[in-house]
Amino acid sequence: MSNFINKLWGSKSKASKTVTFGDSSFVNAPGGRIWTFISIATLILLWVLSSIFEWVKPIYWPPIQDVWSQFLVISSEGFRNSTLLEHVAASVGRVLAGFLLGCLIGIPLGFALALSKTMNRIFDPIVEFLRPMPPLALIPLVILWLGIGESAKIFLLFLASVWILALAARSGAMSTNLSKVHAAYTLNASKRQILFHVILPNALPEIFTGMRVAIGVCWGTVVAAELVAAESGLGMMVMVASKFLSTDIVVLGVILISLIAYVIDIFMRYLERRFVPWRGKAKH
Amino acid sequence: MQGLNVNNISMEYQVPKGDSVEALKNVSFDIKAGEFLTILGPSGCGKTTLLDILAGFLEPTGGEASFNNQPINGPSPQRGMVFQQGALFEWMTVEKNVGFGPRMAGKPADEIAKKTQHWLDVVGLSDFGTKAVYELSGGMQQRVALARCLANDPDLILMDEPLGALDALTREKMQGLLLKLWKETGKTIILITHSVEEALMLGERLFVMAPRPGRIEKQYHLPFAAQGVTGNSREIKAQSDFIEIREEVLAMIWGMEEEIMGSKGEI
Ligand SMILES: Nc1ncnc2c1ncn2[C@@H]1O[C@H](COP(=O)(O)OP(=O)(O)OP(=O)(O)O)[C@@H](O)[C@H]1O
Ligand SMILES: [Mg+2]
Repeated sequence: MSNFINKLWGSKSKASKTVTFGDSSFVNAPGGRIWTFISIATLILLWVLSSIFEWVKPIYWPPIQDVWSQFLVISSEGFRNSTLLEHVAASVGRVLAGFLLGCLIGIPLGFALALSKTMNRIFDPIVEFLRPMPPLALIPLVILWLGIGESAKIFLLFLASVWILALAARSGAMSTNLSKVHAAYTLNASKRQILFHVILPNALPEIFTGMRVAIGVCWGTVVAAELVAAESGLGMMVMVASKFLSTDIVVLGVILISLIAYVIDIFMRYLERRFVPWRGKAKH
Repeated sequence: MQGLNVNNISMEYQVPKGDSVEALKNVSFDIKAGEFLTILGPSGCGKTTLLDILAGFLEPTGGEASFNNQPINGPSPQRGMVFQQGALFEWMTVEKNVGFGPRMAGKPADEIAKKTQHWLDVVGLSDFGTKAVYELSGGMQQRVALARCLANDPDLILMDEPLGALDALTREKMQGLLLKLWKETGKTIILITHSVEEALMLGERLFVMAPRPGRIEKQYHLPFAAQGVTGNSREIKAQSDFIEIREEVLAMIWGMEEEIMGSKGEI
């Protein structure tokens, strides 16, 4: 029992380190989940209290019961001809499609930038020029190019993620310790083998960080992307509701977007622990 | 001629502002197959540069080197390298690291497994095959690096301060292991070190290098490695002839270091 409490509070465990400040492996160690619980519970409690005592006007921030009832209504009856689940599925599908496309182009592009001088000279100015361009500003052009169908929305999400992924892959590949590459050459490895057995795994930790950032940015952009004549999607739901000042639906949509993004991030962190267990462990 | 032939090698690094550093100037020597050569010298005298040229990582600005009659113009699995540290692949287990060379060469799985097991046994890590490299101590990691190099069966092994990061005791044990491996495998070995004792104990031949320009100042033929294969290294290091050469070499290197400091006129 005391063991369980210790784990929950994450205070003292066996063989505890004395220096923990600055040691990332300590921060990530299991235990201490109670603080997560407290932090979330506090936020919800504040919201409940403000709903009960009407601290703010509903138009500025809706009471929790309004959002909840909207959740129930939209779940069963739907919003604009689509159920909540359909809206969620539409947005998740777009985000994942844009993000995967971003990985597919961005990661190889990053490697090309890091590994070939010619590629670097050709693509570096292009990447640096396109990178700061906000996808939102391109909406009119994208509609002209790709119409108002699904591909335009996915393309916007792709634009939001591709540069982040390219830069992450580039910096990961460039951080490869030269002695590792040298060692691989003396151990019979071909260029191709060095790419897949040395440079790629070496870049994985940074690629994962880039992926987590990129998918977050994609969720942030989905609202904008669904400005393009969407018939379903959480972003579209939020946009339409805000036109009618239905803050309860807006807040519901925003919470759902954050929640899904959070769940996906937890999944990504799981993948990271699974595929990059050496992260932060190398001594040199 | 089997072995290594180094013919009049020079290496000049271009540095910004149009200056250049003569890291090596007209270095020539031969080593026979199966010889153990150690190299000593003050910091910056071109030891790493020389080793990188022999490994094929660098092209010299003058002269040429060949190994077993083949000119050196790039890395080759014939010429293995053990680095000071940080060259193990932390995304692979110990055994995957050791089997890396044969795996890249496309050897059959059972042969890879056999080789891996053999070399892990030899370096005394047979129980650690499935561990992650970052779970091992520094000395164990260097033994993995050694096993990884040997599993690829190179004829020439190049080592740049492979024991530099280890504590004194582990270091002595590793020196014993190196001698044993050298004796058993008959490999040609070149080892760079900053420890005079280590250089005397391991090298059949010893080069003392001097800086500006980087060159071989003096070479010794030494009996201690041969004795160390069977004898007790503590006793050998206490012999009067060992001590005599040690002091001579130390004095020489100290002299060079002082010259470097003096010429800079500051510290
Ligand atoms: N890439 C480089 N560019 C310019 N100068 C270099 C480069 N690498 C080495 N040098 C110079 O060449 C000289 C020899 O360097 P090297 O690394 O071979 O020395 P070293 O004998 O291995 O020294 P240490 O014992 O400190 O490892 C030094 O003066 C160094 O500053
Ligand atoms: Mg060096």
